[in-house]
Amino acid sequence: MVRFGDALDERIGRRCLAAARLLREADLPGVTDIVPSFTALAVHYRPGPGGPGHAQLAGHIAQVFEHGIPVDELEGREIEIPVCYGGEHGPDLAEVAARAGITEDEVVALHTRPGSIVFMVGFAPGHPYIGVHDEKLAVPRRDTPRLLLPAGAVAIANRQTVIHPGGLPGGWNIIGATPLTLFDPAREPASLLAPGDRIRFTPIDAQTFERLRDQASA
Amino acid sequence: MSITVLKPGMLSSFQDLGRAGYQHQGIPAAGAMDERAHRLASLLTGNPPTRATLEITMIGPTLRFDAPACFALAGADLDARLGGLPVAPLRPVLARAGDALTFSARPKPGRGLRAYLAVHGGYVIDAVMGSESTYLRGRFGGLQGRALARGDVIGLRSPLRDDGRLDALDAAMQDLSLYLPAALVQAPRAALRILPGSHWDTFDAESRRHFVESDFLITPASDRMGYRLQGPDIRQRMPRQILSEATGFGTVQVPSGGQPIVLMADRQTTGGYPKIAQVASVDLPLLAQLAPGEAVRFTMTDIAEAQRLDQARERAYAGLHDALLPLREQLATQRQCPPDEPA
Repeated sequence: MVRFGDALDERIGRRCLAAARLLREADLPGVTDIVPSFTALAVHYRPGPGGPGHAQLAGHIAQVFEHGIPVDELEGREIEIPVCYGGEHGPDLAEVAARAGITEDEVVALHTRPGSIVFMVGFAPGHPYIGVHDEKLAVPRRDTPRLLLPAGAVAIANRQTVIHPGGLPGGWNIIGATPLTLFDPAREPASLLAPGDRIRFTPIDAQTFERLRDQASA
Repeated sequence: MSITVLKPGMLSSFQDLGRAGYQHQGIPAAGAMDERAHRLASLLTGNPPTRATLEITMIGPTLRFDAPACFALAGADLDARLGGLPVAPLRPVLARAGDALTFSARPKPGRGLRAYLAVHGGYVIDAVMGSESTYLRGRFGGLQGRALARGDVIGLRSPLRDDGRLDALDAAMQDLSLYLPAALVQAPRAALRILPGSHWDTFDAESRRHFVESDFLITPASDRMGYRLQGPDIRQRMPRQILSEATGFGTVQVPSGGQPIVLMADRQTTGGYPKIAQVASVDLPLLAQLAPGEAVRFTMTDIAEAQRLDQARERAYAGLHDALLPLREQLATQRQCPPDEPA
């Protein structure tokens, strides 16, 4: 594991993503997976006959980083995620607004502000962790998680957003839903989102949601 | 040319070395729980380890060979029989067309939990993201993302020719002298070797001592995703929420309840529980053969020793591969179709 810090902090997250990119480009022998998260980077490797050993790999990694880790603000794909906020798609929007002391429209405005990044994809295939949102969206997770969330549920907690793959329990606050399919093993790439993607949430109405969802499943 | 599933067994699924290169997209690696047994069975049928074997759990399937084939079994002794006669494990065996491979419906305890069935040339499976492994929870990979079911017909990539030379091949396979290198022998151990986890230092002294001195029971809630253990309470000095980060096969996490979970093949790619230890990869096959109700202990080792064991193991696999060249050559000449892979 390569560690960059201890707290949920956009700079630490971006550094982690930039480091992942550098390592991927270096294409070190024996490395099978490079998995960034908010504060750390995991380098999975398979010691084949003749190496690499742990010490050797650590040395190679140090070499890749010896000239620093350039954090390019504009690196990463720009991806627009349409979201139908509130109503039946966002049962927790009113509560989130109340806790933050702002209106539902203001919650949406803060959520759709540009600058969100995918820091990690995990928990389930294609399931993104996106942040870091404005402080007012620092609502805690719900006391009682829901047993089953629908696919595409857009939920927030602790200044982050997750988008649910569906069929799993979840304790985050659901403020809306996206008609996009986040994961499809038959698609290339299977996961819609990858760490480092720059996200723009855009509000859509219920009819547009239905139309886009029908298109996605066609 | 195929194998027909007459009975599916308790949980039989195709697994190879796992799906590499997609964990950053949240896609679990899956793959064989006992990689050692998977690789041995593969070697003994002349297959690369990237061809799936059938991972058989506790109660094995009944499979009918519809064409002659060379197969091998490794891992747990689940009382395999071919045409009613016991099958020797860790040897290439010839099945004739019509032969049925069966397993005991009441396997004896303490003989292991998972067996691996390799067939020369491999099974006809569509790779998903470069791997033939089944990710059961996600319902993709392997055989349509699921376990075997009654009536399934699985294609064989390299069935053998049913001609007058089968008997000679059978005799040659039975005469084959096989020596399993010491580094690949599954010797039982009193305790599984571990390395300190990323958050080892955050656990209190008593918990760390308990962790390397106590027996832990493998609870029934243990499966391909993880082994949930029951034992003395394991606590951090100060309970801290940690941010989710990547996890590995054999990572030992401790949720707030104080009972450790060892993450296994189908683990989620990331997790937010503190990591107390990492089971050394050399002992993961041992763990994969323990069943719910059995106990496990841990003993600390260091990374230099763990790496030394890894290297010894890899050299042993390479040596065994070289020694089995004559077998691969014999099988290649008896294939129905010309080989599409080098021996």
